[in-house]
Amino acid sequence: MRLPGLVASTWVLFKKDLLLEWRSRARVNALLFFSLATLLLFSFALGPDTALLRRNAGGYLWLALLLASVLALGESFRVERENATLEGLRLVPVNARSIFLAKAIANAALLAALGVLLVPVLVALLDVRIVLSWGQLLTLIALGCLAIAAPGTLYGAIASHARARDVLLPLLLFPILIPALVAAAKGTALVFEGDPMGQFPSWVALLTSFDLIYWGLGVLLFPRVVEE
Amino acid sequence: MSKPLRIGFVLLALALLVSGAWIGLAWAPPDREMGHVQRIMYMHVPSAWMALLAATMNFGTCVAYLWKASWKKDAFAEATAEVGLLFGTIAILLGAIWGRPTWGVYWAWDPRLTTMAILLVAYAGYLALRRFVDDPDRRAVWSAVVGIIIAVDVPVVYFSVKWWKSLHQVQSTPKTVDPQMVLALRWNAFAFLAVLIIFLVARYRIALASRMRETTVPDAPSGAREAVV
Repeated sequence: MRLPGLVASTWVLFKKDLLLEWRSRARVNALLFFSLATLLLFSFALGPDTALLRRNAGGYLWLALLLASVLALGESFRVERENATLEGLRLVPVNARSIFLAKAIANAALLAALGVLLVPVLVALLDVRIVLSWGQLLTLIALGCLAIAAPGTLYGAIASHARARDVLLPLLLFPILIPALVAAAKGTALVFEGDPMGQFPSWVALLTSFDLIYWGLGVLLFPRVVEE
Repeated sequence: MSKPLRIGFVLLALALLVSGAWIGLAWAPPDREMGHVQRIMYMHVPSAWMALLAATMNFGTCVAYLWKASWKKDAFAEATAEVGLLFGTIAILLGAIWGRPTWGVYWAWDPRLTTMAILLVAYAGYLALRRFVDDPDRRAVWSAVVGIIIAVDVPVVYFSVKWWKSLHQVQSTPKTVDPQMVLALRWNAFAFLAVLIIFLVARYRIALASRMRETTVPDAPSGAREAVV
């Protein structure tokens, strides 16, 4: 029997993940409103100083995405666990690497969509202005969400089978993501505040290398995580 | 290690620690700028070194485990993570005590400091994962994966914090390199190395014993397992 190619099976699984998200739109909605609530909470926690809020808007955006990502990752593996689909897929057999790639790309796409939806909210709520281009902001959102999704998917698969999984996932994930958070938040702040020193490319470079390292590690290590 | 060898090694470590404390506290000269406070360095720097050494060993063991699985490697990985966390915590606490009189603050967002703090939180997560997974096979594989990811993260964290900090003023610590200070530092580093080895061996034996019990009596309830240890 011929195993389907890595790209073909990744594509099929990716479509399956998106279809699942689409059919249970309540989950995506809940995520969206959760991140909106976090943005509001940040604003209330720091008081009504508009200048301060605007200056910190880049950090808020990424904290909101990071908190939402834990919920999204937990959910995406809860569905798999409840129906034992990962085991089923392994029996088909599907290459474990394409399970990882499909899951991670779907998670990154979900988070990126969330990030794009949050930007107008930041503009309205915190009086943020896009000083650099939209293209640069979208690049950052894409790279940042890819950075969250790769280790997040790997750890989500691990945590979903452990006890206390809701505590474990952020405990494992957040320390690892600090470089990505630093780069994404700094880069976003530059997009909002202007970049007189020309620092934007170095943050993009840091984020890109983070992505390369963790997508590589994910593809390499995920088969060991889901093996029986 | 056989029992007499272990006892001999403990005595050696004690002798090194006591003499190292004397060398650091009495024999080495006080620092020109910082005075006697600087003597914390003889404990602080060796413990930071030992934490990094333990983390390096953890990384090597995790890679080796995924290459070829064995309970001994898994037990050693557990030992290195826990002992490394201990030494890292000592290093950070001593650093804070040292930082207050010399920098004026307990904490600074220095790349080395921040990287060490993130490393400690990451290993706390690693050890939590080990507690939360009951199946020993899965626990071993998953914690090896997590150990590798933590180790790979360390240089990335260091660079990102360095860049992040570059907009702020960087703390300068003038270091007078006196030969007596170098000797005191080296001596204490070997004393700490001896302590590290003792802790690692002890922790490894405990971990290996509990692995053996888990794999031979797999159905024992977890409460009873804790009682046996």
